[in-house]
Amino acid sequence: MGNKIYKTAAEALEGHLQDGMLIAAGGFGLCGIPELLIAAIRDAGTKELTVASNNAGVDGFGLGVLLETRQVKKMISSYVGENAEFMRQYLSGELELEFNPQGTLAERMRAGGAGIPGFYTKTGVGTVIAEGKEHHDFDGQTYILERGIVADLAIVKAWKADPSGNLVFRKTARNFNVPAATCGRVCIAEVEEIVPLGALDPDAIHLPGIYVTKIVQGPHEKRIEQRTTRKKEAV
Amino acid sequence: MSEHKGWDRNQMAARAALELQDGWYVNLGIGIPTLVANYIPEGIEVTLQSENGMLGMGPFPFEGEEDADLINAGKQTITELPQTAFFDSATSFAMIRGGKIAMAILGAMEVDENGDLANWMIPGKLVKGMGGAMDLVAGVGRVVVVMDHTNKAGESKVLKACTLPLTGKAVVDRIISNLGVLDVVPGGLKIVETAPGVTEADLRAATEATIVA
Repeated sequence: MGNKIYKTAAEALEGHLQDGMLIAAGGFGLCGIPELLIAAIRDAGTKELTVASNNAGVDGFGLGVLLETRQVKKMISSYVGENAEFMRQYLSGELELEFNPQGTLAERMRAGGAGIPGFYTKTGVGTVIAEGKEHHDFDGQTYILERGIVADLAIVKAWKADPSGNLVFRKTARNFNVPAATCGRVCIAEVEEIVPLGALDPDAIHLPGIYVTKIVQGPHEKRIEQRTTRKKEAV
Repeated sequence: MSEHKGWDRNQMAARAALELQDGWYVNLGIGIPTLVANYIPEGIEVTLQSENGMLGMGPFPFEGEEDADLINAGKQTITELPQTAFFDSATSFAMIRGGKIAMAILGAMEVDENGDLANWMIPGKLVKGMGGAMDLVAGVGRVVVVMDHTNKAGESKVLKACTLPLTGKAVVDRIISNLGVLDVVPGGLKIVETAPGVTEADLRAATEATIVA
């Protein structure tokens, strides 16, 4: 089977980083982001990165740390609202930004990972998103052609892995981690726990190990972006 | 027109909740649409979809029970229900794009008489992104927008043609504003009802779009 388990994110990334590469990253907001791999990429100093990720982190956490160090040349994202440094770099022209509708971004990753170079979608027809894209009518409805994404490297975060790389995610932390993982030529997964072979139910694997090149175990900070609660009613 | 006429935020949400039908799968946008969950009528069961990968969204957690792995599309901590299912983002938008979600209730900056919707970008101002809004309006069965009828200067946001970059073209079915309810029909908008204290003349005066019939 070969060993997929590495002690640190830096060791797992060794030999997979180069300036100008395209990285697909999992996570939604700060939920389920590969925080250890992002920190290790910062430490490695890899530059001119294009990063496909639904969001761009916040100041000082998540992908925000790679923006602070100016390692990112371009973001492909659907929503970047919570990051002041992002806005500063974008408005001053230092950072390129390609907005993708969220579902189009997810499907671009899924398609890329599934060997599908392009797909037609109604999303964005009649908007700026459709400009310059091939239009085609099917059954009386207009669609636009979107391209699959194949990334040089995918970085994802899961809950549990077994040594073969089978992954299980927890609650809404699954999000973009599955499509991002599949679209990478190489995929490195950071997990909270590596369990022995046989400990994961084969009927309940969220991402089969074929997609996962290397695994590294936590600890994770798992920061909460918007803490919303309700009061317990008096009994 | 008096400031006190019409519906407030919560009353608009309560009115929008009357659009829900038993058994529907529904996606609620950020802002006033989120409040719709507080007014789901007795006897109506709907399943709320959160496009970050969840069906069966529950209320906010009790203090101390927040889970970093359990958030909604507005990144707020939430809870799960007995019928909850989790899935990845590609699967989430497959059910949206595939027409499995009966209705989306969304906010709007502008809407026009063709059903065009603008709710993601003001040129020259900070651009945050469209998130899942373009996918939702293109894919779900029915799109209801909840919005203030006019801006702070009193100018109509219900227009003949949107001026802001669009989220979707000919996608809106019904508009619920602080002044009333309008449907997008061939040739323009049709008044469905007016909010309490609002006359049809008030509604027409606040609307730039063509009102038919």
